Amino acid sequence: MTRWNAIWLAIVAALLIAVPTVIGNEFYVNMASQVLIYALFALSINMMLGYGGMVSLGHAGYLGLAGYACILLTINGFDQLSAAILALAFSTVMAGFFGMLSLRAPGLGFIMITLALGQIVWGIAYRANDLTGGDNGLRLPARPMPFGIDLNSAPRFYYFALAVVAVALFFIWRFSRSPFGASLMGARDQPRRMSMLGHNVWLIRWLTFVLAGFWGSVASLLFVYYNLFLSPHALGLQQSAEILLMAILGGASSLAGPIVGAAIITLVKNVISSYVERWNTLLGAIFVIVIIFMPYGLVPGCRELWRRIAQRRKPSASKAASEPAA
Amino acid sequence: MSADTAANGQTPVLELKGLSKSFGGLHAVRGVTFKIMPGDRKAIIGPNGAGKTTLFNLITGIFPASSGQVLLFGQDITGWQSHRRTALGMARTFQITSLFPRLTVLDNVLLAIEGLRPSKFVMWRFLSSYRDVYDKAHQLLEQAAFADRANTEVRYLSHGEQRQLEIVLGLASDPKILLLDEPAAGLSSGESVEMTEFLMRLDPELAILLIEHDMDVVFDLAHTISVLHFGEVLETGKPEQIKNSQKVQEIYLGTG
Repeated sequence: MTRWNAIWLAIVAALLIAVPTVIGNEFYVNMASQVLIYALFALSINMMLGYGGMVSLGHAGYLGLAGYACILLTINGFDQLSAAILALAFSTVMAGFFGMLSLRAPGLGFIMITLALGQIVWGIAYRANDLTGGDNGLRLPARPMPFGIDLNSAPRFYYFALAVVAVALFFIWRFSRSPFGASLMGARDQPRRMSMLGHNVWLIRWLTFVLAGFWGSVASLLFVYYNLFLSPHALGLQQSAEILLMAILGGASSLAGPIVGAAIITLVKNVISSYVERWNTLLGAIFVIVIIFMPYGLVPGCRELWRRIAQRRKPSASKAASEPAA
Repeated sequence: MSADTAANGQTPVLELKGLSKSFGGLHAVRGVTFKIMPGDRKAIIGPNGAGKTTLFNLITGIFPASSGQVLLFGQDITGWQSHRRTALGMARTFQITSLFPRLTVLDNVLLAIEGLRPSKFVMWRFLSSYRDVYDKAHQLLEQAAFADRANTEVRYLSHGEQRQLEIVLGLASDPKILLLDEPAAGLSSGESVEMTEFLMRLDPELAILLIEHDMDVVFDLAHTISVLHFGEVLETGKPEQIKNSQKVQEIYLGTG
C-alpha cells in the first residue's frame, strides 16, 4: 500500500512539474496557477470542514484581510517580504479574533457568524473608499521576486504557486495524522466524550480555525500576486461559498478531495464557460449528480467505486467481504 | 499527577455540598450533599427522571450548577470545565454509548490516553510515532482483555463489548474517581454479570460513583446506596438497609 502511494505521489508530482512544458499555451498555464490557488483555499477551509466538522461561510474574508493588507503595505513603501509577513500576521491574528466570536455558537450559529464576519470584511472593503479604493479596487505594483527570481512569466508563477501549495499540502497531511489531528476528528464526532477524556475541545477548534485562517491568508497572497489587483467582488459571499463547494465536491473527508474540487470548479468557470453559455447550470448539474451518486464527494466516491471493481475482479474473495456501509 | 492532594487520607475524593440545578421552573437536582472517600463504591438509584444523569452532568461540568459546590480532593471545582476536572483525576462514562465507531478499538484508546498528554497539541509529528502512548494503550487493552480485538472497528463490536470499552476509555486517564452512568444499560442478564465482574476487577483504590437500574449490579458492587427522587436524596444507606426501606419500595412500586 505505502509503496503504491509513493509511486502515485511521484507520478502526480512529475505531471504537475511537467504542466507548463506539456501545455505550453500561456492561458492554460495561468489557469493551472489559478487551480493551485483555489486548491489552497479549499485545502485550508477543509481543515475546519473535513477534520473538524466546522462549516464556514466567511473564508473569502481572509482574501480581504491579507490581500488588502499586503497591497496597502506595499504601496506605502514596505518591501515585498515584509509586506507579506505583516499581512499574514495581521490576517492570522484576525482569524484568532474571528474564531473566538464564531466558536461561541455551535453548528448553525457558527455558520451564520462566519457568514456575517465575511460580509463585514466585504462591506468595509466596499465602503472604505479612502483605504481600499472601494468598488474600483486596489492594484499591486508588481509581483514579488523571491531570491531574485522574476515571477512575471506564466510558468515561473506556476512553479512558485506549486511550491507554496506543496509546502501547505505537506503540512496539512502531517497535521491530519498528528495527535492534534486525531483530537480534532474526535472533537468533531464526540465533543462531550473528548472533554471528559481531558481534551480542551474549544481550544482544539480555535487552533484549527486559526490555522485554516493562516493557510487561507497564504492562498490570498497568491491570489493577489497572481491578479496584481483586488476588489470587493473577489471576497463576497459567492467566493466563500465556492471555496466551500470545492471542498465538498471533491470530498471533505479526504486530503486530495479539495484539490480535485478546486480543479473542476475553476476549469468549468474559466474554460468551459467560453464554450457553454450556461456554465453555471452545468456546474449546478455536476454538483447535484456528484452528491446523488457520491454523497461523500468525488475522491472518496471514486475510491469506493475502485474498491468495488477490484473486488468484482477477484471472485475468489468471499462474497461476505463487502460490508454494508453503515 | 494529583496524588499529592490525595495523600491525606481524610480528604474525600469527591464532595458535593448542596448541589442544585434548575431548568427554568424545573428543579432537576435539589441540594444534594455527600462525600466519596478513596475506594468507595457508591450507587445512585431512583426512578426515571429523578435527576441522576443531571447530577452526573453537574459533577462533570457539562452543565453549570445553579447553586452549591463540587469539591474534588478538597478543591472547589464548581465552575471548572470538564477537561480540567479530568486532569485532576475524574473520569466518566455515558449512558448512551459515546465511542468513535469508525475508529478501531486501539485508536479509541489512543485518543483517550492523549487526553492528558502534552503531545496532544503536536501537529507535525505522526501520532503513530509516539511509542509510549502505544505501549500504554496496549497495556490498558491487555488489562481489560481487549487485546485480541485491538484492530477491530468499534462499530463491529457487540453492545456488551462497547459498554465495556466505554469504561476502558474512562480508565485511560488513570482517574481517582470514575463515574459510571448506567454501565449495564441494554445488556442481557448474562452480559450484566460479565460487566459486574469486569467492574469488580478494577483497582480497589479507585472510587466509583454509579448510576444503575439493574439492581443485581448495584447490590453486587455498591458499598453504599443513595436513592434520588425528584432531584433530592431521599435515603442513603447500606444495600441491605435500602433493600428493606419502606420509602424506597413506595417510590418504586408506587404505593405512596
